[in-house]
Amino acid sequence: MSVFAFYLFAISTIAGGLLTVISRNPVHSVLWLILAFLSSAGLFVLLGAEFVAMLLIIVYVGAVAVLFLFVVMMLDVDFSQLKAEMARYMPLALLFGVIILMQFAIAFGAWESNAAAEGLRAQVTPVDRHNTEALGMILYDQYFLLFQLAGLILLVAMIGAIVLTLRQRTDIKRQNVLAQMYRDPAKAMELKDVKPGQGL
Amino acid sequence: MLSSDLNVILPEIILSVYAMLALLGAVYTRKDGLASTLVWITSALFLAVALWIGFNGAGTNVAFNGLFIDDGFARFSKVMILVSGAAVLMMSEGYMTRRGLLRFEYPLLITLSVVGMMMMVSAGDLMSLYMGLELQSLALYVVASLRRDSVKSTEAGLKYFVLGALSSGLLLYGASLVYGYAGTTLFSGIIQTASEGDVSLGLLFGLVFLISGLAFKVSAVPFHMWTPDVYEGAPTPVTAFLATAPKVAAMALFARVLHDAFGGAVGDWQQVVALLSLLSMFLGGIAAIGQTDIKRLMAFSSIAHMGYALMGLAAGTAFGVQSMLIYMAIYVTMSVGTFAFILSMERDGQPVSNIASLNMYSKKEPGKALAMLVLLFSLAGVPPLVGFFGKLYVLRAAYDAGLAWLAIAGAVASVIGAFYYLRIVFYMYFGEERDDGLDGGKSPVLWGMLMASAVIMVVGVVNLFGIEGMAATAAATLVN
Repeated sequence: MSVFAFYLFAISTIAGGLLTVISRNPVHSVLWLILAFLSSAGLFVLLGAEFVAMLLIIVYVGAVAVLFLFVVMMLDVDFSQLKAEMARYMPLALLFGVIILMQFAIAFGAWESNAAAEGLRAQVTPVDRHNTEALGMILYDQYFLLFQLAGLILLVAMIGAIVLTLRQRTDIKRQNVLAQMYRDPAKAMELKDVKPGQGL
Repeated sequence: MLSSDLNVILPEIILSVYAMLALLGAVYTRKDGLASTLVWITSALFLAVALWIGFNGAGTNVAFNGLFIDDGFARFSKVMILVSGAAVLMMSEGYMTRRGLLRFEYPLLITLSVVGMMMMVSAGDLMSLYMGLELQSLALYVVASLRRDSVKSTEAGLKYFVLGALSSGLLLYGASLVYGYAGTTLFSGIIQTASEGDVSLGLLFGLVFLISGLAFKVSAVPFHMWTPDVYEGAPTPVTAFLATAPKVAAMALFARVLHDAFGGAVGDWQQVVALLSLLSMFLGGIAAIGQTDIKRLMAFSSIAHMGYALMGLAAGTAFGVQSMLIYMAIYVTMSVGTFAFILSMERDGQPVSNIASLNMYSKKEPGKALAMLVLLFSLAGVPPLVGFFGKLYVLRAAYDAGLAWLAIAGAVASVIGAFYYLRIVFYMYFGEERDDGLDGGKSPVLWGMLMASAVIMVVGVVNLFGIEGMAATAAATLVN
C-alpha cells in the first residue's frame, strides 16, 4: 500500500514539476506547482515527517504559491513573446540538456557512496521523540547559529526593500497630527462682523 | 558550551549588533545627515575589529558543532576583508555625499555584507557556507542598485540579483548532491568520504556544481558574464567594494571548500580549477583590450586577476594557498589605490569613467599620474613592483605542483594583459591634448589612498611587509 502511495506521489510530483515548466499559461504553471508541492508533502508524510509536510502545505501552498499567483496575474508580461525569444535558443539548450541528462544517468545509474558516508548518514526521522520536538532541538540547538543568520538575511531583505522603494517626496503636503490636535477655534477662525454696504 | 561558542564568533556578533543599533538610531532620528558619521564610525569599527582579530586570535577554535571554524586562515582573510572594507567606505563618503547617494543604510548594508563574508571564510559546513554567501550577496544586490534613478544602476542590481540567484541554485544543487553522497554537510565529515581515487561519481558531480557556484562569486570565466555590466552600472564606490572584499571572501571560501572538504581528492578538482584559471586569465586579458570605460576595464582586469589567484589554488598545495593569499592581499591593495583614482576622475563635478578623458593627465596632475602609473605597472605585473611578486608566487606554486603548462600560459596571458594597462599610461603621458580633460580631484582621502597604495607597491618589494610569513602560517592551518 505504501509503495503504491509512494509511486503515486512521486509520479505526480514529477508530472507537476514538468507541467509547471511547459504549460503555456503562467497561471496554470502556478497551479501545477501547487500540485507538485502537495504531492511532495505526501512524500514527506510517507517518510514520517508530518510536521514538514504540514509546513509545506501551509507555507508553500498557502502563502508562497498564492503570492506567486497574484504576482503572475498582476504582471503585465507577454509570455508568448518571451517564449518566442526562447525558441531561438531551443536547439542549443536541448543539446546541453541531453548531454547533462546523460551524464546524470551515468552518475545516478551507479548510485554508490563509500562506506564512510553510510556511517555519517543521520536517521531520517527521530526515534524517541516526536517530529516537532526533534525539529526544535535541531533548529534552536544544533543549528542555532544558522537560525540567527537566517534572521539577519531577512533583515537585509527588509532593509533592501525599503531602501529601493521608499521615496521621500518633498513636493506633497503632509498631515501633521500634532499641529492638527493643538489647533483651537480661536486660532483657526476669525469672526468678522461685516457691516452692510461696506465690504471688508 | 554556548558561551564559549559565542566567544568564538564575538567579532561577528559585535558587527551585527552595531549594524542593528545604528539602524535603530538612524531610523528614529530619520536623518540621512547621520549617514556620513555612520560611514566613519563603521570604517573605524572595521579597523578596530581587524586589529583585534589580527593580534588577539590564536589557535583553531571550532564552534557550533563544527559549523564555524576560526583558524589562522580565516583570521588572515577576515583582516583583509575588514581593512579593505574600511578603506572603500572611507573613499566612498565624499563621492556619495556629492551625488546625493549617501543614505544611512549604505554603511549598514556594507557592515551586514561584511558579517556575511566573515561567516563565509569561517564556514565549516555546507549550510553555514550558504548562509554566509546569501547574507553577503543580498546586501550587495541592494547597494549595487543604490542609484535608483539611473537605469544602468538598476539594471546592474537586477542582473546581479538574477544571475546571483541562478548561481545560488547551482551551488545548492551541488550541495544537495554532496550531502546525498557523503551523508553529511560538515566539511570534516565530507573529507572522510572523499579520499584520493575513491570519490564516488555522485560526489564528484556535487563538487563540480559547487565549484560552478563559487566560480560565479569570484567571477571566473565562464561564469563572468555579470561582472562588466554590474561594475559599470553600480555607483563607483560600490564597484570598488565589489572588486575587493567580496572577492577575497569568495576566494577564501573556495580554498576552504576545496581543502577542508575535498582536500583528500586534489586530483579530482585540480583540472577543473586549472581550466577556470586558464580561461579567466586569457579572457580577462583579451576582452579588456577593446574597452573604453575604465570601470568595465577594471571588471575584466579583476576577472584576469581572479584567474591568477585560482592558479595558486589549482596547485592544491599549502604553498599554493599561501601564494593565493599573498596574491589576493596585493590585488586588494592595488584595487583600492586604482579605485581611489577612478573615484577622483571628474569633470565639472560629474563623474567621468571614459578612458580617453585621461589624455595628457600627467601635465595637469603629475603626482597623481605618477602614482597611477606605478599602480598600473604593478597591476600588469611589471618587475620590480609588488604586483610582479604576486604573479611570481602563483606561477611558482603552479610550476611546483606539476602544472608547468598553466604557469607558462599565465606568463603569456600577463603579457597580453599588460597591453591595456600600458594603454592608459600611454594616454596619460603621450596622449593628444584635448580640452575636455579632467578637473583635478580635491579629496584628500582619495589622494591619500592613491598615494599610500602606490608607495606600498614600491616600498613593499623589500620584504612584502612580512606578509609572506603570515600567509604561510595561515595556509598551514588550512592544508595539512
